Amino acid sequence: MPKQEQLHTVLVIGSGPIVIGQAAEFDYAGTQACLALKEEGIKVILVNNNPATVMTDEACADVVYFEPLTVNSIKQIIDKEKPDGLLATLGGQTGLNLALALHDQGILDEYDVELLGTPIDSIKKGEDREAFRTLMNELNEPVPESDIVNTVEGAITFAEKVGYPIIVRPAYTLGGAGGGIASDEPELLRIIKGGLALSPINQCLIEKSIAGFKEIEYEVMRDDNDTCITICNMENIDPVGIHTGDSIVVAPSQTLTDIEYQMLRSVSIKIIRALGIVGGCNIQFALDPYSKTYYLIEVNPRVSRSSALASKATGYPIARMAAKLSIGYQLHELINPVTGHTYASFEPALDYVVVKFPRWPFDKLVHAERQLGTQMKATGEVMAIERNLEAGIQKAVRSLEIKVEGLTLPSLKKMTESELWDLVIKADDRRFFAIMELLRKGISINDVHEATQINLFFLNAFHNLVVLENQIKNNTLNSVTKNELSLYKTNGFQDHWIGMVWGVSESAIRQKRKLFGIVPRYKMVDTCAGEFTASTSYYYSSWSGEEDVELTKDKKKIIILGSGPIRIGQGIEFDYCSVHGALSLNRLGYEAIIINNNPETVSTDYATADRLYFEPLTVEDVLNIIDLEQPEGVVVGLGGQTAISLVEGLEKAGVHIYGTTIKTIDQLEDRGKFYEFMNEVNVPHIPGVTAENSQEAIQKAIDIGFPVLIRPSYVIGGQGMMIATSKEELEDILAVNHHDLAYPILIDAYYPGIELEVDVLTDGEDIYIAGLFEQVEKAGVHSGDSIAVTPTYSISDSTKELILQYTKQMANGMNLRGIFNVQFVHYKGALYVIEINPRASRTVPILSKINGEPLIEYTIDLLLGKKLKEITKKTGFAPTPPFYTVKAPVFSYQKLSGVDPILEAEMKSTGELISISSDLNEAFKKTFEALEGGSSLVGSKGSIFIEVDESYLQEFEKYKQVLLDEGFTIIEDEFDQWIHSNEAALLISLPKAGYKTGMDKRIEALKQRVGVITELTTLDVMLKGNESTSSHLLSIEEWRARTSELVQ
Amino acid sequence: MKGYIVLETGEIFEGELLGDQKQVHGEIVFFTGMTGYQEVMTDPSFKGQMVVFTYPLIGNYGVNHLDHESKHSQAAAIIVHQLSNQGYHYDANNTLSDCCKENGTPLLTGVDTRAIVKRIREKGDMRAILTTDLKDVDFTIIPNLADQDVVAEVSIPKKIELGSGDHHIVLLDFGYKKSIVDQLLELKCKVTIMPYDSSFEEIEEMKPDGVLLSNGPGNPKKLTDLLPSIKKIAIRFPTLGICLGHQLLALAFGADTEKLRFGHRGANQPVIDCVTNKVYMTSQNHSYVVKPQSLEYTGFTPKFININDQSIEGLLHKELPIITLQFHPEAHPGPSDSAHYFTDFIEMVEKKGREKTYA
Ligand SMILES: Nc1ncnc2c1ncn2[C@@H]1O[C@H](COP(=O)(O)OP(=O)(O)O)[C@@H](O)[C@H]1O
Ligand SMILES: Nc1ncnc2c1ncn2[C@@H]1O[C@H](COP(=O)(O)OP(=O)(O)O)[C@@H](O)[C@H]1O
Ligand SMILES: [Mg+2]
Ligand SMILES: [Mg+2]
Repeated sequence: MPKQEQLHTVLVIGSGPIVIGQAAEFDYAGTQACLALKEEGIKVILVNNNPATVMTDEACADVVYFEPLTVNSIKQIIDKEKPDGLLATLGGQTGLNLALALHDQGILDEYDVELLGTPIDSIKKGEDREAFRTLMNELNEPVPESDIVNTVEGAITFAEKVGYPIIVRPAYTLGGAGGGIASDEPELLRIIKGGLALSPINQCLIEKSIAGFKEIEYEVMRDDNDTCITICNMENIDPVGIHTGDSIVVAPSQTLTDIEYQMLRSVSIKIIRALGIVGGCNIQFALDPYSKTYYLIEVNPRVSRSSALASKATGYPIARMAAKLSIGYQLHELINPVTGHTYASFEPALDYVVVKFPRWPFDKLVHAERQLGTQMKATGEVMAIERNLEAGIQKAVRSLEIKVEGLTLPSLKKMTESELWDLVIKADDRRFFAIMELLRKGISINDVHEATQINLFFLNAFHNLVVLENQIKNNTLNSVTKNELSLYKTNGFQDHWIGMVWGVSESAIRQKRKLFGIVPRYKMVDTCAGEFTASTSYYYSSWSGEEDVELTKDKKKIIILGSGPIRIGQGIEFDYCSVHGALSLNRLGYEAIIINNNPETVSTDYATADRLYFEPLTVEDVLNIIDLEQPEGVVVGLGGQTAISLVEGLEKAGVHIYGTTIKTIDQLEDRGKFYEFMNEVNVPHIPGVTAENSQEAIQKAIDIGFPVLIRPSYVIGGQGMMIATSKEELEDILAVNHHDLAYPILIDAYYPGIELEVDVLTDGEDIYIAGLFEQVEKAGVHSGDSIAVTPTYSISDSTKELILQYTKQMANGMNLRGIFNVQFVHYKGALYVIEINPRASRTVPILSKINGEPLIEYTIDLLLGKKLKEITKKTGFAPTPPFYTVKAPVFSYQKLSGVDPILEAEMKSTGELISISSDLNEAFKKTFEALEGGSSLVGSKGSIFIEVDESYLQEFEKYKQVLLDEGFTIIEDEFDQWIHSNEAALLISLPKAGYKTGMDKRIEALKQRVGVITELTTLDVMLKGNESTSSHLLSIEEWRARTSELVQ
Repeated sequence: MKGYIVLETGEIFEGELLGDQKQVHGEIVFFTGMTGYQEVMTDPSFKGQMVVFTYPLIGNYGVNHLDHESKHSQAAAIIVHQLSNQGYHYDANNTLSDCCKENGTPLLTGVDTRAIVKRIREKGDMRAILTTDLKDVDFTIIPNLADQDVVAEVSIPKKIELGSGDHHIVLLDFGYKKSIVDQLLELKCKVTIMPYDSSFEEIEEMKPDGVLLSNGPGNPKKLTDLLPSIKKIAIRFPTLGICLGHQLLALAFGADTEKLRFGHRGANQPVIDCVTNKVYMTSQNHSYVVKPQSLEYTGFTPKFININDQSIEGLLHKELPIITLQFHPEAHPGPSDSAHYFTDFIEMVEKKGREKTYA
């Protein structure tokens, strides 16, 4: 059947803010889906309150709602927009859950909205554990036996029935805490007791453990004529027991025979047929490494993180095709867009190996529990493509941007064998590096296999790398032969690392290998292993064979550096910027080349840039591409800190960098130089000093006056910024961290004023301030973790004038064109600069969307030499929008244990959302409504526990009264009793600035899923939201068209 | 030892040669499946061909005693990008390189396989010489594969009887894959495998309920002598033709075949059923195809078409119980999506049987 003709308007549900387990992959899927629908002439209505996404762009959807992803708000949108169809299978679990709820509450029927793609029944069978089991039993497909228990006895009885080992997964614990695998009764007793106690509902899922089996995934598609294909299969290097999202994964499977590959493929197709899915589906298997026995782990009846990975790994655009299938196309009616002349009804053949490596947040969340298990903890991931596994692993590791030397994690170097075994057996995020360390110590791969069940095939590849490391260590620059150097490069060793080992510079190695003629060759990802010619320019490097790239000469080329894996502090906002950079360059007649390694994103969709190089972002990798492509220059301002950090190396190699220089970056990032610069341009900065040792630190802190903010640097990572309110405290901090601190450390005066943030365009003379955000929480709370509002609501015109003036002084004083971001603090009547970021920032996508201004396009124009006046005709502040936009951080606390949810100067949020209204309080209300499971008081009752430091007591009084007036009870002691009561609604925990008092209570509240407030100002806006009675439901387009009065 | 692949075009690719042969001549083809090297190597249809594997890591799971498609390796040579030689798998009883060595199949590793694929894609399947001595390269000494009688080299000399059951199927062996027989045995058939050049009378004597013309190597037109007898067989018995068997049946009824520029070899060839519009992923391995225009007056109609190049992938006879499949429903390697055509064949056999009884 071709396209369904009756569909004119389709509502698409996005996946909302980025949290662990639901990240940029749904922006990629959503963007593809929206574009696929629009191509068909369908009007796309999109609801997604994640402002950093590409999908919420005008180009993707006709009408965009930044409204909370709740049944209520979607119902209202349906009522208003009257869509014919709903597409929910591309919005992650959020989308699916909403579709189920809309169906169950009769809303879809009431408004006659057709659910597109996979039918409700299939979704239920995939999602509901019992329905899934029943279906598997009907199909005669094995699932591990499992049960839900509330008592120790229940668990023991079950275990006796099915036999050990048993895996315990406590319900609703942070990061799956309290779970584990028991191999006998005493062990089960111990784990189940803990698990039941930890679970807020005293419930555990217990299941026959299949840990140690091979974990294999298939991505399957089906059309409504029952044609089924598998796009890709993937094999986890870490066997079952560690979540696929936290596993190192390769594609295609490496250790399966054809019989096994086809056996699981056939089962996948059988299941997708039985479920009646139309679109894409992910099926996870556990396969016994010693027989053909397998189990189904789960089925996700929607696109997923794995389908994004599979799309990037094969070139096959699953989400795009799924959207087409959902409106009635069949697979053989759709062209395979990669080749341009074959059809979508086929299975990609790979002629390379893909390695995915997770990126974990433990560098930022240093207190979080690092042990991996059945719950995902990674915030992002990288993918590498190579012609052999060894080089693939190397590429993946260096794409992570963690502090490694080659394949060595420095912090493990000094560990004893038994400490390393500990990491390997308990399996935390350092497991790969610990294994490498053990192999370096001569431990055999068989021993590692025994302990981890990791397949010998993979361990052998790890071992090959260790052997080569040793060969390199025994070689020198002078003695190395062409064949040897070629061997090192084919196995992925970087010039930088080889140079380090040989005590020479990276460029010395580079010269030598160029002399030998050793350069990488770029191959095409063509979905068909070369069988057909392909028309897309999607490339990866490898160190042997011939080049696939056909160089184009007709257009000038510019490279945009992407931002790598999603991590705390560097989210999809930079992907948004990179994508727009590419589109803008293209519009201006350039050929845009993107380099990036994050498989989840839109920027690594081969359809985004003219050319995509799926490569690590290191100086060597980038220079190699530059050598080949000979671009005009490189844009670094859109790829976050990742791109900025490459400027030095690229500039040294003579590459033209647009808009900035290493000198400028140094000037802003080196504190000493920064202060000098600020003095030069006559803008006040927060006083700060640099101390070379602890005595000096204490003396200088006394000089600037307490409280102070310490910005330490660490030898091997440690907690970030800290506040010391007195000399004693500072002494304490320095003593406790004595071992890890690397001097010099930076000490600032701590100014807890109003934090303000601007994004600025400049041509070096004029400036255009695209927007000014006022942060709800005082400075000292990281701007990424603050609720922020634009336009400002408490700042005087004279302060704004001052912001304009200072910004202009700074812009004129530095050698920078394009876009930059400044953070100010307004403290005790004066305005100071906290920092300048010479790049696009988190708030750029928000401003672009709410003002309908293509800020990145302007940036590109500026970088290419245009004057600001030619571009915008406006200078100074952007016009004030007729509505408020509130940005709020979203945290992934439920996925991690050990993290204190206190707001502080170190960023912890993984994502953000916005809400909009002309009435500020309504915007706050929507914000807290949208913070699902968060600290919403809206419509709730119960009791609030307070623990307020005396410094806030007086201020707190008035809020206390409001809370009492609203009918809440206030509790001040017997926390344990309170937290376990059904009444517990909110914990207000306000420790003295810089202190962590009350941490245990806050963590306990998280465990019990009770909201936590740690700043008075957060409480303030929460209560304001609570009071709001207005209710607007407008799309962003409608908001922009209005000329309403702002209401506070 | 250094080894070289010299293409008919003169282009040379270098690699590391394992095995004792000094020189092999053959037709160079590529296989795009990511698993199944053992099945490919031992598939008699690859007789006379050097197989380039597009997947770069070959040998990962070793070689086992279960997955051979014939008794020994058949391909003229194996060409891979990177040999992975430990064979980590519980089923493995040999490594790929040892298996090649024991079978006398040269294995060339470290080759830029993707480049060779690109050449074949441009110039078509062509002759090649694998050698250790570049000075000793002469394409004239051995004829083109299209002109060689390769079927005779792979077909069994004497008939073999296997299994027992209600249906007796004669498998006419042009170079059959073991999986075809396995499928028949699974469906409770008695199978008699007979040499490719068995006469109509010899076959009739076996009193089969149905006949299966197997896959096999080379050019179907090298077997024109057999066509009259094949036609008689197909008129007389319910018949299934697979791959070469399909081509021979088409030729026997007056259709024509031609050589593809480069063959279909892989596990992902999409084939559409002209009646249901459903698409199957099929396992394929062929250089020759039936020309669509030539089907007029043969009584055959196309049943399956290749989605990518519209070539004919299977035929149904309008009156007679004949199914022909260009692809491999027995899979191994590759997907078994189309395995039910064996069942269809057996149903056809049963129906014919009933007709006989009640006639
Ligand atoms: N019975 C089991 N025994 C051991 N590990 C398991 C079992 N079931 C699941 N796992 C592990 O837990 C991980 C997460 O489980 P899964 O059901 O896929 O949940 P999610 O919805 O979070 O993906 C899997 O990737 C697998 O490694
Ligand atoms: N001297 C200071 N006084 C008060 N707060 C500060 C000070 N310096 C930094 N902060 C707070 O710390 C946060 C992070 O500091 P910043 O310099 O912006 O680092 P980052 O590079 O992580 O963005 C700021 O958003 C601000 O809230
Ligand atoms: Mg899962
Ligand atoms: Mg900052």
